Amino acid sequence: MATETMTINMGPQHPSTHGVLQLILELDGEIVVKATPHIGFLHRGTEKLSEYRTYHQVIPLTDRLDYLAPMSNNLGYVLAVEKLLGITDLIPARANNIRVIMAELTRLKSHLVWLATHALDIGAMTVFLYAFREREEIVDIYEKVSGARMTSNYFRVGGLSDDLPDGLEAIIRKFAEDMTGHLETYEGLLTGNKIWQKRTMDVGYISGQDAIDIGLSGAALRGSGVDWDLRRDAPYCNYDEYDFEVPVRTEGDTFARYKVRLDEMRQSIRIILQGLDKLKPGPILADCPQVCLPAKKDVVNTIEGLIHHFKIVTEGFKPEAGEVYVGIEAPKGELGYYLVSDGSAKPYRMKVRPPSFVNLQALPQMVEGVLLADVIATIGTLDIVLGEIDR
Amino acid sequence: MSKQVVEKLKSNFGTLVLSDAEYRGETTVTVERSEIVKICTFLRDDCGYNFLSDLCGVDYLGRTPRFEVVYNMYNLTDKTRLRVKVLVDEQSPCVDTVSGVWSTANWHERECWDLMGISFNNHPDLRRILMPADWVGFPLRKDYPLQGPDREPYQGRLS
Repeated sequence: MATETMTINMGPQHPSTHGVLQLILELDGEIVVKATPHIGFLHRGTEKLSEYRTYHQVIPLTDRLDYLAPMSNNLGYVLAVEKLLGITDLIPARANNIRVIMAELTRLKSHLVWLATHALDIGAMTVFLYAFREREEIVDIYEKVSGARMTSNYFRVGGLSDDLPDGLEAIIRKFAEDMTGHLETYEGLLTGNKIWQKRTMDVGYISGQDAIDIGLSGAALRGSGVDWDLRRDAPYCNYDEYDFEVPVRTEGDTFARYKVRLDEMRQSIRIILQGLDKLKPGPILADCPQVCLPAKKDVVNTIEGLIHHFKIVTEGFKPEAGEVYVGIEAPKGELGYYLVSDGSAKPYRMKVRPPSFVNLQALPQMVEGVLLADVIATIGTLDIVLGEIDR
Repeated sequence: MSKQVVEKLKSNFGTLVLSDAEYRGETTVTVERSEIVKICTFLRDDCGYNFLSDLCGVDYLGRTPRFEVVYNMYNLTDKTRLRVKVLVDEQSPCVDTVSGVWSTANWHERECWDLMGISFNNHPDLRRILMPADWVGFPLRKDYPLQGPDREPYQGRLS
């Protein structure tokens, strides 16, 4: 009997592709022979735009890369600019402390969306509602600190745009303490669930060696037994002062990555609570007037403050010519910024290393020979977001 | 640590290592374009740089050679970074692919071709990746206008 393969199109308007991802799938019956991802539908030219803006004006652009984890994007960018300027050591302790708390809340926020949509794709609808309920609380915290629910634009080169509002510490602490129980709820619905196990165990397997070769990072790499976390191995924002563990599993399948991410959320809660305990009053901006905006009260009350503000806003600051690469542990993996300065007030070149872009590249080899339904599970487990893939 | 790697590279490849620089604690080595695959294989196998974090092109318009291709690599064992660069001229903007050394380079090189117009010899699948397949021009080049080709420049405020 003659058989032939069939080519079908999936996306870019498909709810389980998590954005505008198009996959061309070659199928032999229900088995995937070949998968070819097509990306770029959301390309907005962030890197090109950044060459026409001052260093501070680029921060809002970074919000829109991984829009599920805007503060992590802000953080990677400001750390790169600070390194370029050589002011990394001048960042006040309170600013670093708040950055860590917000970065970990962002990790929870991103992982909650991952869990919700991943479970929904596979058919577990209840988790979606629970996870979005908790995410809503983080979005509210975002709104309280930055005024925006999604595009926060909260971090600044040299520190933060504003201090935490009164009473927010208690809200964050309450949320973090409750979150442990919520995680139990999710696990109760999924971990021991036979259907969940059938859909995730031995699905989307990738070995540690292959994962390194293809450039996987973050939880996707740690699910394949590679013990690597930039927060521990190249600490930034004083992460070395926090006590946390890096969860690693060796199975390399979708279930392993699910467990790694859930354990990571528990560690994030630990870090947030430690961060709140460490929080002490102090400045939130570095003492470098040539880079940082003056305090608002000086701008409205003194002529010197107004001139200072005006100069920074209109002219920006000019790092000396040079280049740096800074990688941080974003929720989805290693988020890198490669910045080149030519001594002017605008970045000469900004290259973003988006973790989702590289992680998605592993999809074709992970789905080869599996069932069509497992493609959905594999896209979910890679935790991609098209905003940063297409930039 | 990275000092030792630079020394090791120099003793193995001699004049193929064009220069090395240290800035903000990061080491950059510029090497000869024609031998990039050999040097990358050596760095992966003998120096432990088994993870390619990033690969990108930079356009230094007005300089000769005009382009640079930058490889940001990472050593997962001793947690160090190294940046390797090759210089690429405007007349024949091409480099040998390193996708055989790290498979992750595949998409990075496609992106570099797509946006910067640097082509990669022996690449398994060199197609545009972010721009439409029929796009003309390379948007990240410095002589490519921000508003796109054949359009009036934006009259409002850009910065």
